[in-house]
Amino acid sequence: MARGLLLMLLPFAAAMAAAGEVASRTPQPVIERATKGAQCVADPAVMRRSHMDFLKHQRDDTVHGGIRGAKFSLKACIECHASKQTASVAQAETNFCISCHSYAAVKIDCFECHTPRKAARVAEVAQ
Amino acid sequence: MSEPEANTRRGFMGVAAAGLAGVMLAPGIRLIDIAQAETPQGGAKSTVRWGMLIDTTKCQPGCTDCVTACKTENGLTGGTRPTDPQWIRKIEIKEIKTGRTASVPVMCQHCADPPCVDVCPTGASFKRADGIVLVDRHSCIGCRYCVMACPYKARSFVHEDVTDQQPDVPRGKGCVEGCTMCVHRIDAGNKTTACAEACAKAGHDAIVFGDLNDPSSEISRRVREVSSRQLRADLKLDPGVRYQGL
Repeated sequence: MARGLLLMLLPFAAAMAAAGEVASRTPQPVIERATKGAQCVADPAVMRRSHMDFLKHQRDDTVHGGIRGAKFSLKACIECHASKQTASVAQAETNFCISCHSYAAVKIDCFECHTPRKAARVAEVAQ
Repeated sequence: MSEPEANTRRGFMGVAAAGLAGVMLAPGIRLIDIAQAETPQGGAKSTVRWGMLIDTTKCQPGCTDCVTACKTENGLTGGTRPTDPQWIRKIEIKEIKTGRTASVPVMCQHCADPPCVDVCPTGASFKRADGIVLVDRHSCIGCRYCVMACPYKARSFVHEDVTDQQPDVPRGKGCVEGCTMCVHRIDAGNKTTACAEACAKAGHDAIVFGDLNDPSSEISRRVREVSSRQLRADLKLDPGVRYQGL
């Protein structure tokens, strides 16, 4: 019975989702796809809501305790999410971090100290 | 009525005191074991004391390979203005009476009792469990008390915007910084710093980096066998950097 109901509802839900995408009148942030890796370290919905807490919690362990290579790391974020064009998460308006943050009008100061570029790119610049 | 309650409280205090005295928390487990235990993901251990021994008889006057290596490793500009950050510098000294000269690299001495940590109003300047003295830029407000407090002039203030930092070495305007003993390398399991590596590469071998607490390490053997001294030992800060032949 429950399965029957689900089957009946499925096409309807899909249609609604498609309609939602087409009919949205508000502008949405451009989210660039990660350049490598198929799966984020946590569910994307969780990451969208809580990434700042994960990063803030772990930075103290890293700086004070010397614990590196744990699950959440800004460097690892940049490795996957840096744009193909700019090799950065914060250079162009459409780059991963800036795209959402300008949409939400939340100013971040991570990249005043941390490089927004991938490691390979930094090596290129240094040469 | 109050008697059993008092007994209970006294009993609790007794157990608590026994726990704090810490002989045994459970069979075979003592507080000291927990304090010295390795964290699951590695990290800084209090059983380690990182240090350096600098042989001033091998350090060549005019050679700045250690300074250059530090700049490259940590993404410093390498500028020579008074406001440019400098984590390691070469100093030429001369004893006036005898005329003997020596060239010595000076960086953060990673004191056991660091005055920079004492004066920091936000707790940004701190000493890790393994003896490395660092600045947590997340809480540094750039007041520069530590710059004033350091007798070795080892701390610098970043006056200008920084771009193209190294991924492992975040740096930015408004914070104080200094030698980190290449902490990102040490945490990654690397056994040498950029300056020591460059010195060895140049064939001078004047800088030895290692664990002062490990009796079998090269640095421990050297400080046991040859005479070395700490800079301004009279201040009783117990620096982790020692100098030979000074």
